[in-house]
Amino acid sequence: MSNNEHIDEVSGVSTTGHDWDGIRELNTPLPRWWVVTFYVTIVWAIGYTIAYPAWPLLNSATKGVLGYSSRNQVKNDLAVAEAAKGKYVEAVGSKSVSEIAADDGLREFAVAAGGAAFKVNCVQCHGSGAQGSKGFPNLNDDDWLWGGKAEQIQQTITHGIRFASDTDTRISEMPAFGDIITPDQIAQVSAYVASLSGKVQDASLIEPGAKVFAENCVACHGDNAKGNKELGAPDLTDAIWLYGPGETAIAAQVRAPKQGVMPAWIGRLGETKVKELAVYVHSLGGGE
Amino acid sequence: MLDNRQTERLEAEAANSAKLRQPLYAARKKIFPKRATGSFRRFKWLVMAITLGTYYLTPWLRWDRGPFAPDQAVLIDLANRRFYVFFIEIWPQEFYYVAGLLVMAGFGLFLITSTVGRAWCGYTCPQTVWVDLFLVVERAIEGDRNARMKLDAGPWSARKLVLRTAKHFIWLLIAVATGGAWIFYFSDAPTLFHDVFTGSAAPVAYITVAVLTATTYTFGGLMREQICTYMCPWPRIQAAMLDESSLTVTYNDWRGEPRSRHAKKVQAAGQSVGDCVDCNACVAVCPMGIDIRDGQQLECITCALCIDACDGVMDKLGKERGLISYATLDDYNANMALAMTGGATLVNPSLVRTADGRFIDNLAHFQLRKIFRPRIYVYTGLWSLVGIGLLYSLMTRNRLEVNVLHDRNPQFVTLSDGSIRNGYTVKLLNMIPEPRTIVVTMQALQGADMSVVGDDIAAGRSFAIPVEPDRLKMLKIFVRQPADQIHGAAQIFTFRVEDKASFESDEYTATFNAPETAR
Repeated sequence: MSNNEHIDEVSGVSTTGHDWDGIRELNTPLPRWWVVTFYVTIVWAIGYTIAYPAWPLLNSATKGVLGYSSRNQVKNDLAVAEAAKGKYVEAVGSKSVSEIAADDGLREFAVAAGGAAFKVNCVQCHGSGAQGSKGFPNLNDDDWLWGGKAEQIQQTITHGIRFASDTDTRISEMPAFGDIITPDQIAQVSAYVASLSGKVQDASLIEPGAKVFAENCVACHGDNAKGNKELGAPDLTDAIWLYGPGETAIAAQVRAPKQGVMPAWIGRLGETKVKELAVYVHSLGGGE
Repeated sequence: MLDNRQTERLEAEAANSAKLRQPLYAARKKIFPKRATGSFRRFKWLVMAITLGTYYLTPWLRWDRGPFAPDQAVLIDLANRRFYVFFIEIWPQEFYYVAGLLVMAGFGLFLITSTVGRAWCGYTCPQTVWVDLFLVVERAIEGDRNARMKLDAGPWSARKLVLRTAKHFIWLLIAVATGGAWIFYFSDAPTLFHDVFTGSAAPVAYITVAVLTATTYTFGGLMREQICTYMCPWPRIQAAMLDESSLTVTYNDWRGEPRSRHAKKVQAAGQSVGDCVDCNACVAVCPMGIDIRDGQQLECITCALCIDACDGVMDKLGKERGLISYATLDDYNANMALAMTGGATLVNPSLVRTADGRFIDNLAHFQLRKIFRPRIYVYTGLWSLVGIGLLYSLMTRNRLEVNVLHDRNPQFVTLSDGSIRNGYTVKLLNMIPEPRTIVVTMQALQGADMSVVGDDIAAGRSFAIPVEPDRLKMLKIFVRQPADQIHGAAQIFTFRVEDKASFESDEYTATFNAPETAR
């Protein structure tokens, strides 16, 4: 060691020889294993940059000898996930929706898959909880315009409602009665319909309203106003109103009915996905 | 032009000149601990046998829990998220028991450290125990200290190669056994043992064994005392734990100094001489390679082997034992004051002895009551409090639970008859390894009934459902209340679950939502 090594008096440890205004630094050498570990990490880092993508080039980066890429990993992971659910997808494809709904394991899969598809394709109109809103049916309840059996729901999703470019689409065209009957008659029939499930302000309108109903409405909505799922005619006696409850809303719908459109999904989603969706919607609590 | 002869030579040196340069790293000074004999060594053998025995054998203990649960006494079943410790079964949500045990371990460590110093480090720390084990192997193969030093210094020969290979081979065997024993805590030991050797165990088992083999071999065989000195935080924390009344391994200067190798000669010359004959036996046995006579230091793990070594020497010399002993700083200071009376800066050992060579009467000796000081009561109290709390909670804990999650989207659904329906995800937790039939009942919420999705259970206010042993059963329950019975937008009601056989029960208070206008 050098002859001008400086030893700190208090600690008896040699100093580094650096001197700042009389302040010196104790020389506490690192243990060798620490230094070795440090070099090992450097070697590891070099190996890593060779094995994996690392060094930036002008337009890309080195690929690494292992050919790893995170994009490929996602692809592989997805492929594994797809393969894992393959047998379920196959079973869903080959069975009818009611068979799927009856099979515990398959139903669980279809509900999960349908739920995911619902979040992507259906929530825009029906809401994220399938609770609907004015003009867009609530899929949780037990009131169905076109039937709430799994097969009927599948049919609705497959071909849509009033969807012009699908020849098998479900169509119900309620005429605009504003052109057919008088405003008085509309008020009367609205009062009658409202009275079937609630109270009305002017009870005297009910009786003439019943007559108007019998003349104009029973063809589709039935004698007892229970509706007809074959025709998509809603049940007018229950508590559920697509365009709102009460005489005013009913009158508006009699005068010039709004008619919602639901697209046919078969082309976009394919049969398996539609089946999963049908099972999911059927499972929401109102399925028949 | 400058005149060279007039240029003064300045006193300067380059900061990085070769003369000033010093090594940036320190090589490890090899330590060859000598075999110690004595009462502390015997105690350490006992502790080693108990700790290693516990570690290696615990997974093989069996405990009958019936046909629906594993029969391994201690099992951490990560795959099924169950923890079994003898008669206790813990579900993940009861992990606070483990947290409680860790809190107890913390207070226990404080308690032990403040009373008997770093007893954890010296006797029971896995690092200490395994290093001890590795040293036994080293000593058995290469011989004791001198033989090992000679072998290490000597050139490579066939004998050295054989000895070294044998040593490292046995070290590796121990390391593999250590890593191997670890995995048996996480799976059925006999099955896994068979699987490991037939190559059919899970990759994670082999990886775990490999990693723990590497750490055991490196830490226990190669790094040894460096783990304690450089890596472990506890030696740093212990300074805050010790006080003047803590027992620590102490070199008693007051009777040892001035040390001399030639006591008789020095005594004949009329100078005072202490009991320490400077034989370095305490340094030779130290697994940390330190000299306890330098005082209490970070590196000292208080394994007390130096006490054994020194006591042996004192016996041979016919002097009292305890030149190195467990002593408190208070006692040590009191005795030092006695030995340095009269403002002396050096110890005069004759001051602590009477004319006929016995110790004087007013020497401070360790007394048990000195250990009992307020902080000991506080630590003991907290430790017991947590322990009693855990025990109480364990004895009274419920093995049947119900958790309810109210559907939020939508919160309620209006049905065609005007009634309101709410959906709930109800989880029944049967936390015992036996199948049970659980009766689920609704309380309050007039006129409402419930139906279970996917089950052929008639709508009603109560139903019985079988739950598998040690399993959670998840039910989707729809509760429906007629419009004319609804009282308010949010009604409180209760799901009550009961096992009619054991009368164990649990309740969950839930809310039933309805639109403001439903009435």
